[in-house]
Amino acid sequence: MDIDQALQTFIVESRELLEAMNDGLLGIEHTRDRAESVNAIFRAAHTIKGSAGLFSLDHIVAFTHVLESLLDDARGGHVEISGELVSLLLSCGDHIGELIDAVEAGQRGVDEALAQRGAPLLERLRTYLHAAPLPGKLPTVAQRVDSTAVDTDCWHISLRFGRDVLKNCLDPLSFIRYLGKLGTITGIVTLPDAIPAAAEMDPDSCYLGFEIAFNSESDKAAIENVFEFVRDDCAVQILPPRSRISQYIRLIDELPEEPAQLGEILVKCGTLTAKELDAGLGHQSSVANTQLIGAILVEQGAVPTAVLEAALAKQQQVNALRIQNASSIRVDADKLDRLINLVGELIIAGASIDLIARRTRNVELQECNATLSELVEQVRDSALQLRMVKIGATFSRLKRVVHDVARELGKDIELQISGEDTELDKTVVEKIGDPLMHLVRNAMDHGIGAPDVRAARGKPAQGTIALNAYHDAGNIVIQVSDDGSGLNREKILAEAIERGLIEAGKSLSDAEVFDLIFEPGFSTAEQVTNLSGRGVGMDVVKRNITALRGSVGIASQAGQGTTVTVRLPLTLAIINGFQVGVGDTVFVVPLDMIEECVRFSSDNDQEYTDLHGQVLPLIRLHALFEVEGAVGPRQSIVVIKHAGKRTGLVVDALLGEFQTVIKPLSRIFSQLKCISGSSILGSGEVALILDAPALVQQVVIREMERSMSAARGPALPVRVPDAA
Amino acid sequence: MTTIEQSNNAPHVVHIEGEMTIYRAAEIKQTLLTPIVESAVVEFNLSKVTELDSAGVQLLMLAKRTAQTKHGDVRLVALSPAVLDVMQLLDLGSYFRDASAIAPRTG
Repeated sequence: MDIDQALQTFIVESRELLEAMNDGLLGIEHTRDRAESVNAIFRAAHTIKGSAGLFSLDHIVAFTHVLESLLDDARGGHVEISGELVSLLLSCGDHIGELIDAVEAGQRGVDEALAQRGAPLLERLRTYLHAAPLPGKLPTVAQRVDSTAVDTDCWHISLRFGRDVLKNCLDPLSFIRYLGKLGTITGIVTLPDAIPAAAEMDPDSCYLGFEIAFNSESDKAAIENVFEFVRDDCAVQILPPRSRISQYIRLIDELPEEPAQLGEILVKCGTLTAKELDAGLGHQSSVANTQLIGAILVEQGAVPTAVLEAALAKQQQVNALRIQNASSIRVDADKLDRLINLVGELIIAGASIDLIARRTRNVELQECNATLSELVEQVRDSALQLRMVKIGATFSRLKRVVHDVARELGKDIELQISGEDTELDKTVVEKIGDPLMHLVRNAMDHGIGAPDVRAARGKPAQGTIALNAYHDAGNIVIQVSDDGSGLNREKILAEAIERGLIEAGKSLSDAEVFDLIFEPGFSTAEQVTNLSGRGVGMDVVKRNITALRGSVGIASQAGQGTTVTVRLPLTLAIINGFQVGVGDTVFVVPLDMIEECVRFSSDNDQEYTDLHGQVLPLIRLHALFEVEGAVGPRQSIVVIKHAGKRTGLVVDALLGEFQTVIKPLSRIFSQLKCISGSSILGSGEVALILDAPALVQQVVIREMERSMSAARGPALPVRVPDAA
Repeated sequence: MTTIEQSNNAPHVVHIEGEMTIYRAAEIKQTLLTPIVESAVVEFNLSKVTELDSAGVQLLMLAKRTAQTKHGDVRLVALSPAVLDVMQLLDLGSYFRDASAIAPRTG
């Protein structure tokens, strides 16, 4: 099997399990069937540990082991799951997530920095472990030797290394060391008996054997896996805890050393007590003649209960997974991308057929093609639908953030979620998580005040953060609102003036003022005042959202709260485009952005026109892009609307609606403004896709410059000629 | 790498330096077994051993056994951290019967 692929599966599954663990932990205070929740959380941890063992990710195994032990205690009712413990367990889940991230990044071994972060968590986990009354747990060697019953909690592992192990560059010691990470080696006896006399001894051959008593929560497969690499070179026998004496006896029989000596060795390493050994050996001699091998095997079939329980738990888990999987298939994101690329090519090919059909005036062909286009459109929609995921998962992750931060800040905050079924493209979902988290954190930290402050203002002590999502004209709108104190307009203005972002004495609308907190200058402010904290990282949020061809706006009412509205395109691959001609060039305007198209007749270079009695700023694409070719005789205005602002684009020709496959521009063109991508037309020509938000922004900038220069007076900037 | 100190009535002391691993197994075998003669007590000073692997371990065990069959003995003294680690891992303290030199098992 391809190890990398398997590892990939491990990473994906572990993340899912961690998520399940997270959800379980967050829900544990409200759930009715608490025991089942704890069980589910335990199984998640257990599975991660087991799988990590398969890939020899010992550091993950080691960490998860402690977590698992604690959860096991919780399962047994020895540890009460308190709010504090939930937080700790959540942090542990996060840490495992980090470890897995590191594995994904190619780090298979221990990362010092990560290990240091894990150490305090382990420490805290252990305090719970020790605090819990644990009858019969963590036995020591001394206890076992004293006890008379067969109830050892230890596995017994018998190793006889092959002669060539050392020559194959494998060191038996490293396997034993590794074993120590899966559990505790409670007893070990090193057997030198196979070493021949000095003269015959080949120093390059391995003669060692080991008998090990091993205390571990791992299953047999995990232990066997430790010796995976030497399977051909080493005789490994593993007996589960609480095995029948007869199994030990059989082990003794099978090993090359003398039975009596081996028996003592088993006693020595703590697996058997002397009494058990005597009983076993006596029993064996009395039945040896009468009992058939088959009978012994049947007897051995009686698996100890602990092993059985583990097997059952695993079985249940597998079944649960299977039910879940029955309704969905896991598909590689790459395959989906390929499908969408192909659909894109199909659309381009369809467009050229359409062109030819029209040119040859073949009505039949045109009709056929119309049907075909319709089908292609449906295929496109369902292909894109495949990539659509609900935003709910992203929202529930924020539950966790709210839980943690609220605790940290000592505030009581409730998260209200609505519109979690709203779907959007997977790539967008992946990238929106961080900005959203930042917005939520900000709202909690700086939006919502301390409980006493809130009470003083006549608000309920519990603050509320609301997340909402809905579709709006080809966009998804995500809102993060809080019922906190709102933004302080005056403070923002003062800060902005101080930082030289705006001129003093200029009148700005509320929206313009609030937009200032997205300025990079605001991000470095020290977190002292309400105002400065609000701006931390907001420029990054804005940049990330803009990179997704989205926009972000903010509305706030003093004393009432703040709402941040994020608008994102639903998909990044294919859009309905409206083609316009400017000179000889074709541009594509995303159809969702277009409000209407109107005739335009004016020769002068005015920058505004009157549309339905309102002022409409104009952008002449001819001039903006310095397009060659004469201005057409019948110009039109395409009215685009973004974030509540209208702008008219002056074009030479309206060419109609086409499906447009977005081809990203290469990096050379990354500095291009107002162009978001390119597309290939049916004729094979390239059309540039206009970046509507950027165009609207152009107008805003233009207006701001104008109002600024108006405020300064027309002569600014004044250059005073040298006196000379 | 080895120096042999000899004085009257004192055990034969052999200092071993560097790694006791498969890469030097033949050489180590020579070093460990050469001083073992009839009724001799040999003391291996392991303070400068930087690494010990299975090959080294079995050679030490062989040396001990060989010495005992010749009515002599082998003592390991001044174990370096690398050696101590392995001795603890494999619980070899009792085999070399040198409890004074080997710290008790902690884990």
